Amino acid sequence: MTGTVLAFLVRLATGVRLLDDVPEDGKRRIYFANHASHLDFVVIWAALPGRQRAWTRPVAAAEYWEKSPLRRWIASRIFKAVLIPRDLARMRAEDPLGKMLEAIGDGADLIVFPEGTRSDTGAVAPFKPGLHHLATKRPDALLVPVFLENLSRILPKGELLPLPLMGQAVFGEPVPCPAEGESKAAFLERARESVMCLSHGHLIPANDEGS
Amino acid sequence: MKDPELLYLVGGVVAVLLIATLITRILIGRSGETAVLVNLRQRVNAWWWMMIVFCSSLALGKSGVFWFYGLLSFLALREFITLSPTPRGDHRTLTWVFFLILPLHYIFAGAPWYGMFLIWIPVYAFVFIPIRSALAGDTERFLERTARIQWGVLTCIYFLSYLPMLLYLPIEGYHGQNAKLLFFVVLVTQISDVMQYVFGKLFGKTKIAPKVSPSKTREGLLYGGAAATLIGTSLWWATPFTPVEAAIMSIVLVASGFFGGLVMSAVKRSLGAKDWGRGIPGHGGVLDRLDSLLFAGPIFFHIVGYYFDTSMHDSYQQPQWMYDALRLWIGS
Repeated sequence: MTGTVLAFLVRLATGVRLLDDVPEDGKRRIYFANHASHLDFVVIWAALPGRQRAWTRPVAAAEYWEKSPLRRWIASRIFKAVLIPRDLARMRAEDPLGKMLEAIGDGADLIVFPEGTRSDTGAVAPFKPGLHHLATKRPDALLVPVFLENLSRILPKGELLPLPLMGQAVFGEPVPCPAEGESKAAFLERARESVMCLSHGHLIPANDEGS
Repeated sequence: MKDPELLYLVGGVVAVLLIATLITRILIGRSGETAVLVNLRQRVNAWWWMMIVFCSSLALGKSGVFWFYGLLSFLALREFITLSPTPRGDHRTLTWVFFLILPLHYIFAGAPWYGMFLIWIPVYAFVFIPIRSALAGDTERFLERTARIQWGVLTCIYFLSYLPMLLYLPIEGYHGQNAKLLFFVVLVTQISDVMQYVFGKLFGKTKIAPKVSPSKTREGLLYGGAAATLIGTSLWWATPFTPVEAAIMSIVLVASGFFGGLVMSAVKRSLGAKDWGRGIPGHGGVLDRLDSLLFAGPIFFHIVGYYFDTSMHDSYQQPQWMYDALRLWIGS
């Protein structure tokens, strides 16, 4: 209930549209997107139809979401986030990949940001290998690229107040899993391009003119 | 809504929309759901909604009207800034614009504090905007960025707010009836848009500025403008005007509406877009419908203010020597 209302408010505030058809084929989905704003996972989550939203879990940085009781409550109760550490020592101890696979095994769809951190410039940084691991461990899961437009202008890194501009979440066709003989780097670049080609030319550094 | 004349106006619009709905139904029944007809149906449906919301705001009285236009300004500016590539350095400036400058302007307007309404944006806001952007420290394309935000604020907030401000024009013998004047302005300007579009489709040959707006033709402007002027003139009974004055003011609305649409279209193209947004099905964004009102509102307001306003302020009075010189020059 809280989730439905929140998703509606997020769509109202960001102008992002509700996705009308995600086929219910019993397949697990991993949504991966460019990352430039705190709004990113909320927006993908809000754009999904209610039923899918219920079992879709964002993968987020533990260090950030464990900082205060409020953040912890939001992450665990509303978004049921899979919290993974960025810190190397903790990464070794907690096995982030295992956590994600466990979530998928439990029937969750994931939202991941393979750049690892939010971009400052609006450009899409090279992807970290996590997505490749997920894809090879769960070749049955669908890898769905998502391009998030304008969210870095609504709430850029380091800003507290969002602007009431209109953003968009463009969902693409699933990307094929790593082919036999395809290198990790080649797969990651292919995945990155599948996100960027959804931008339809909107992926320009904010200082440039549109035309 | 106690004024029977206002009800006649509303009734007239409802009748026109009913006819439009009926024609659309018949056309779709005859030739199926072609893309053009589906778009027509969307447009007519959207007109119903826009009319209902507009009339509801009038029914709620002055505060309803100011809330309505405040919201429209917000939505219009949102579309404008979304399409304008404002960089990171403008984030804080825009926060002030959306959350302080805009609401305060409508508070001043609705109060009404006429002097502040006039200068809040062109003086205070326009001084503040470049200051805040300069403090953010980004010098890249500084002048362009400032001009862009100022243009958005000027058109989407300041110009648009002249429409609700019409409610406060104190016109002799017309007290308490200003809602009709607002209705008149919106009706004539929008009908002029529709007529220019229809006549342009029927007889349009000579494009006025094909690069800016391919649908604007000389024939459409002339015939459509004439039709809108006729309709405007025939509504003189609802205005403080004589029929001749109503005709002149209709021509003013047609012309300023046309140029408002033309200029906003040029701005839109320079930003590389075809529509301002996707808020109104069949029409595009809110700004695609409001563009013709942006210039029409303030020009209409100040012309009417010059000839009719007696008590709101003295600034409309020209000095005697200028008045004499003008009369001498015109030769009357």
